[in-house]
Amino acid sequence: MVYKQRLDGRKDDELRPMEAKAGVIPNADGSASFKIGKTWAIAAVYGPRELYPRFLQDPQKGVLRCHYGMMPFSGSGERIRPGNSRRAQEIAMVMTKSLEPVVDLSSFPNAVVDVFVDLPQTDAGTRCAAISAASIALADAGIPMKDMICSVAVGKVDTKIVADLTYKEEQIHEFNPESHDATVADIPVAMIHNTKELTLLQLDGDITKEGLLQALELAKGATEKIYQLQKKALKEKFLMGEKQL
Amino acid sequence: MSIVVNERDIVIPGEALAEGLDFLPGDNTYRENEKIYSKVLGLVSIAGRVLKITPLSGPYIFKPGDKIIGEVIDILMSGWRIKTGTAYTAMLSMQDASSRFIRKDEDLSRILAVGDYVVVKVTKVTSQNLIDVTMKEPGLHKVNGGRIIKINSQKVPRVIGKKGSMISLIKAHTNCDITVGQNGLIWLRGTPEGEQLAAEAIKIIEQKSHQEGLTEKMEQFLVSRTGKKIENYMPEESSE
Repeated sequence: MVYKQRLDGRKDDELRPMEAKAGVIPNADGSASFKIGKTWAIAAVYGPRELYPRFLQDPQKGVLRCHYGMMPFSGSGERIRPGNSRRAQEIAMVMTKSLEPVVDLSSFPNAVVDVFVDLPQTDAGTRCAAISAASIALADAGIPMKDMICSVAVGKVDTKIVADLTYKEEQIHEFNPESHDATVADIPVAMIHNTKELTLLQLDGDITKEGLLQALELAKGATEKIYQLQKKALKEKFLMGEKQL
Repeated sequence: MSIVVNERDIVIPGEALAEGLDFLPGDNTYRENEKIYSKVLGLVSIAGRVLKITPLSGPYIFKPGDKIIGEVIDILMSGWRIKTGTAYTAMLSMQDASSRFIRKDEDLSRILAVGDYVVVKVTKVTSQNLIDVTMKEPGLHKVNGGRIIKINSQKVPRVIGKKGSMISLIKAHTNCDITVGQNGLIWLRGTPEGEQLAAEAIKIIEQKSHQEGLTEKMEQFLVSRTGKKIENYMPEESSE
């Protein structure tokens, strides 16, 4: 039996309902909250500030450092052990690598910009939500950036190419008995908005070359929606104040 | 071959400002493929053919000649290390600190101790952001009494206002001495109530810095809090 209707009734290219806000943490130099469906990421940016230990300093340019963490209660009931794990370390690394191409820290030698992202609730697509949130937070912090990074997961469930998979879709054989032998591919993608260059491309699962190309084409439209939301969130922070007083 | 934004529009990083070669990229912008893009979150400002972005947030960038406020964090062989509220510390050397003769074996902490605040001027900035400051010009001194508050350095021009209109307004209504450092540290000295009111006023300016007509709004706020209106708060045409 093929997977015809998506589990939550969305169209193939439709993203879950999204919400974004800039400047949610007053203490931080820049911050953002980004929700997509049940996945919720909060990002805070500190810096540029002094970097210690000193051997980490780079005299050519500032260093970008990311932190990723799922909160203990963020899963589906089972407590998530807080602190670093192999998974968190990997995601922090891919976040840094996907943001670095646009962030310009050449005027901050020996300094560091810290990006902390924590997720109070998760339902797949956390690294994408984390990157989208981090991008808003970095812009809010006034860090020079060439462009925004928009990130979303695309993939294939059975024969369908879809955008923004949920946890149930990733584990379709468990939740939909009819598709017990379906193959799933989950492809988190991050894109530089203007040039459509990819800064993150991972793949988990099975997909053909044609399927991958189709999925990446779908990602262009999907990241555009993320971009519009990021733009709105950043501008709203300042337009809100205009109405008061 | 056209401009796609208006003066004082809010733009985000990577947003296109103009197309073609009719315009020139100014501060915080860059040109790529015949298009000019913004590099920071900020307000568009158009000066003739040059497009600039005034950042709405972001770190303080050192410029020689800037007056800043800092805290002494260390005493060195021949000077002091000053914390500036940025990623970089500044160096205040002995001959730039005081005009009087300092004996070879003198205890430097008698002149400036760790924890003291100073109003200093940036004299030199290197490519690696090593900062030299001086305290030897008029208006530069050690901070005595009062309180220090911190705001985002990008909001400093609004706190000062056109020809110092905003800062004069606050000074007149709160009877405080106010020294604004370009790095976002502000020293207030007056009565406790005056200091409190001045700090509140400055925090409001920081929040609403991107709005127009802020001086009038702040005058309303200060008059409503102090209960008296002061005409001609601007000082005579003598100060710098």
